[in-house]
Amino acid sequence: MFRTALRNVLAHKARLLMTVLAVMLGVAFVSGTLVFTDTLDQAFTKQSAKSYDDVAVAVSSHADPDDPKQEPGISRATLDRIAGVDGVATATGRVEGFAGVPDEAGKLIGVGWSNKGANFAPGKDGKDPRYDFVEGGGPVSGGRIALDRETAAEGGYEVGDTVRVATNGPVEEYRLQGVFTTDDGGVSAGGSLVLFDTQTAQRLFLKPGYFADVTVTAAPGADDAKLLGAIEPLLPEHAEAQTGKVLAEQQAKEIEAGLSAFNQIFLGAAGIALFVGVFLIANTFTMLVAQRTKEVALMRAVGASRKQITRSVLAEAAIVGLVASAAGYLLGIGLAAGLRSGMASFDLKVPDGPLVLGVTPVLSALGVGLVVTMLAAWLPGRRAAKIPPVAAMNSLHAAPTQKSLVVRNSIGGGLALIGGGLIVYGALEGGETGRFLIAGGAFLALIGVIMLIPLLSRPLIAAVRPLMVGVFGISGKLAGQNAVRNPRRTGATASALAIGLTLVTGLSVLGVTVGQSIDRMTTDQIKADYMVRMAGGGFLDQSALTALEKAPGVTAVSPQQAAYLEIGGEFTSASAVTPGDVEQVLNVERTAGSLDSLGRGQIAVAEKTAKSRGWKVGSTLPVTYNDEKKGTLTVGAVYRDSEFLSPVLIDRKVVAPHETKPYIPSIFITMDGGGSAANEKALVDALGNNPAITVMDHQDIRDEFGGMINMMLNIMYGLLAMALIIAVLGVVNTLAMSVFERQQEIGMLRAIGLDRRRVKRMVRLEAVVISLYGAVVGIALGSFLGWAIGETVKNSLPGYALVLPWDRIGIFLLLAGLVGVLAAMWPARSAAKLNMLNAIKAE
Amino acid sequence: MIPTPTTARRATAVAARATDLSKVYGQGETRVVALDRVTVEFPQGEFTAIMGPSGSGKSTLMHCVAGLDTFSGGSARIGDTELGSLKDKQLTQLRRDKIGFIFQAFNLLPTLTALENITLPMDIAGRKPDRQWMDRVIDMVGLSGRLGHRPAQLSGGQQQRVAVARALASRPEIIFGDEPTGNLDSRSGAEVLGFLRNSVRELGQTVVMVTHDPVAASYADRVIFLADGRIVDEMLAPTADGVLDRMKEFDTKGRTS
Repeated sequence: MFRTALRNVLAHKARLLMTVLAVMLGVAFVSGTLVFTDTLDQAFTKQSAKSYDDVAVAVSSHADPDDPKQEPGISRATLDRIAGVDGVATATGRVEGFAGVPDEAGKLIGVGWSNKGANFAPGKDGKDPRYDFVEGGGPVSGGRIALDRETAAEGGYEVGDTVRVATNGPVEEYRLQGVFTTDDGGVSAGGSLVLFDTQTAQRLFLKPGYFADVTVTAAPGADDAKLLGAIEPLLPEHAEAQTGKVLAEQQAKEIEAGLSAFNQIFLGAAGIALFVGVFLIANTFTMLVAQRTKEVALMRAVGASRKQITRSVLAEAAIVGLVASAAGYLLGIGLAAGLRSGMASFDLKVPDGPLVLGVTPVLSALGVGLVVTMLAAWLPGRRAAKIPPVAAMNSLHAAPTQKSLVVRNSIGGGLALIGGGLIVYGALEGGETGRFLIAGGAFLALIGVIMLIPLLSRPLIAAVRPLMVGVFGISGKLAGQNAVRNPRRTGATASALAIGLTLVTGLSVLGVTVGQSIDRMTTDQIKADYMVRMAGGGFLDQSALTALEKAPGVTAVSPQQAAYLEIGGEFTSASAVTPGDVEQVLNVERTAGSLDSLGRGQIAVAEKTAKSRGWKVGSTLPVTYNDEKKGTLTVGAVYRDSEFLSPVLIDRKVVAPHETKPYIPSIFITMDGGGSAANEKALVDALGNNPAITVMDHQDIRDEFGGMINMMLNIMYGLLAMALIIAVLGVVNTLAMSVFERQQEIGMLRAIGLDRRRVKRMVRLEAVVISLYGAVVGIALGSFLGWAIGETVKNSLPGYALVLPWDRIGIFLLLAGLVGVLAAMWPARSAAKLNMLNAIKAE
Repeated sequence: MIPTPTTARRATAVAARATDLSKVYGQGETRVVALDRVTVEFPQGEFTAIMGPSGSGKSTLMHCVAGLDTFSGGSARIGDTELGSLKDKQLTQLRRDKIGFIFQAFNLLPTLTALENITLPMDIAGRKPDRQWMDRVIDMVGLSGRLGHRPAQLSGGQQQRVAVARALASRPEIIFGDEPTGNLDSRSGAEVLGFLRNSVRELGQTVVMVTHDPVAASYADRVIFLADGRIVDEMLAPTADGVLDRMKEFDTKGRTS
């Protein structure tokens, strides 16, 4: 039996090509993802192992530097005591924080969150083992810095140049003392690193005389664990020590956890692609079995059992699956290599290292490829076994029995109804439960619709047939009829596209709807012309606020300063704002009381919070400030909840005495004359041309919130493109089959005068009709799902209104049509090239 | 016996003709001469049968003259059109406008009704069928009651009648039949042949048919015999017995040579 299977595979190489391609692509995605994450994982693990290589013990402080009751870090004295422990070779104090430098155009170099500044900590030999200087040396006195090589090159800085360095405070100027290379993770991830002398770094990032971390190297023969035991008692309460080895392991684990999210997304996409591939495979094997009816019947006639027939089809599938998996695995390795270099070109630098070819990707590639192929071939295999031996005696090749679709349609209809019901119920229910119901319903509905697709194909395609005849004449007429000749096959082909488009459309409807709602909300809620933030997402310095208040043309400025208050015995997140100005920069919809009360030291409370806590205008509440001082606050106003407002608003002057340093994530500004280039320049100038501070106009703000959704949508589109490619292969496959089966007809049409062009057009139109059919079903189902999920998030998104992105849907339809045209290219050409004489010869 | 195909036997025009037509497959040792400088005319309004043993080149001759196949030398004409100089596109148009075909395997489109199959050549050409002519043709082949049926709902004989009607429907200059009764029982075959003969007698059509059945050939006005790629004989007003005897000669020849 196996030999027969092998022969069959070899005999139908071309026929199986699309199947192999589909399985291969899916497998490539799976194994590529696994190889890629393995590679990243190992590279990062190695890197973290390396960075803790000579570290015997690492000490880090978790002190709040602004807490006056605590030491802000590890003092010089503690450091000296650690250095004095028996067996310690060196103990180096480190301190770091945000620091950025501008390029020649004044823009910040690097990607914000990985722009770092640190202290240069030379040992006895005058060298800091973390940094290798390629030019000059490390800064050991104030007013000097060193830069990593990439940053220096990007900014065009040479040793001796003056460099403007932005930290959380105002910009300061330094002289470049040296340029270095390092394997610091932030730098290899595309960030910049500025080295200061220790005093300057302590002043900028912590408190003079204090370090955030201490790394200890051991003298030869000293035991890390013993050192740890000796060091721990020396540390202040807020500091923690660990051996380098443990830290390296912890870091590796964190990296692994970070990568697993990435892994899941990619594997999910691969899963969808393979699911789509199942239809293609099933189609191919159904076709192969149908073609071989007589052969199978003959084997049955000479004594092969049903089981043997099924097994031979499965064996064939196994061979195909194996070949495809092997090819897919190899392609996956290529994909992994490509992904890595792709990331590099997006400025996401990953550490170098060889591709890791573990056992898991190989096994999963083979497993996934084999199982998927054999599962998909199982039904056709069973159908083959049902061919009666008498079929061998029929002179004409027996058409596959068109089994009635009644059972299939009833089950499909039932599932679609139940699924649809669940979805609607989930949408009405809302919230987490609703989404859960929708997910279940979506699964059932998708299966149901897939089962119903053959049934639906007739009326839907019949509906457009007059149009096709009108526009394309006889080619259109024949194509329309050919498309519904084998509803099962058309259905399976269209299903592949429908699944992909359901997901794509669902995501688009949801993404665009939420995006526009957020956009509308942003426009409604933010009245400010400008928003100022730190590029790295950190906190702005008080000096920035002062500078902005003095900037020319500014009419209102309010920070949204984070303040943590314990009101009525419960921690409540509050925004410290500038009274009077806050209503001008943000839309505060007062429902009770007066916002002027803010200026009198009272607080304003959001409606929902007020309701749940039972607060009213005039309520007097006990409060504990950040510095543990107690007092009372009176509710002076209630306002409508908004995404941009904390539950409590308070005058920043009220909290100022209780905070050593204000946490200002953003400042909103309105200006005379609104947003203009001159106004923007005035703000940038007022901020001292600080490259680390971003001034965003209204459009920037909208992009900031809406842009993320667009980016996410684009990533999802990219991942789902995979499923679409396989769907295209499915269309190619189906058309190649159709053309092959209808050789005689096409030959006859050619003989009686249908020219090649119109033969091609006929095949192409069939492909377009099938593709569009799948697309329409997918778009309908996807929009329905998008609506349903949207309903569940409606409550948490004021101003939510369903948006059907017609432009995108139009593009999807256009793409589906294009898919048809592309997929038909090869089958159409082979149809046009058919040898008429062979075709019209009687069997 | 040197065959001399009738020329100027009747003063009618010629619907199709082959002059020194040759067709050679392969090269060197595998070289096979399928047609060896064949010269033949098919006058208008005549029903010609082409006969010959398997491999004699009878189908090849028909395919070349009908513009379905290319040839290696000589010339083939439909009316005044020389086929050798035509590109595929022009050949297709020629077949569409001037030639009708009837195949052994009926070759109807299963998705179209009988009527749609009959008007298919006109649909392809984008022409409106001539109603009166259509009625006559359909009437003649006796399909009026079954025009809405699909091929699968028709018997073999009925299907071939649809095919005959399709060939006639566009009023072509010449109709070629490739073993049109090959898949039919004798009664249905006789019916189809009767229609073909009637189309010549009553409608003035020109029919050329390849067959190996002496009875089928007896419906023709003339039979030409091919052997080894050459025309070896011709018979006017053939009878089934006469054709059978002539064919038997090939067998004996084949056995003795």
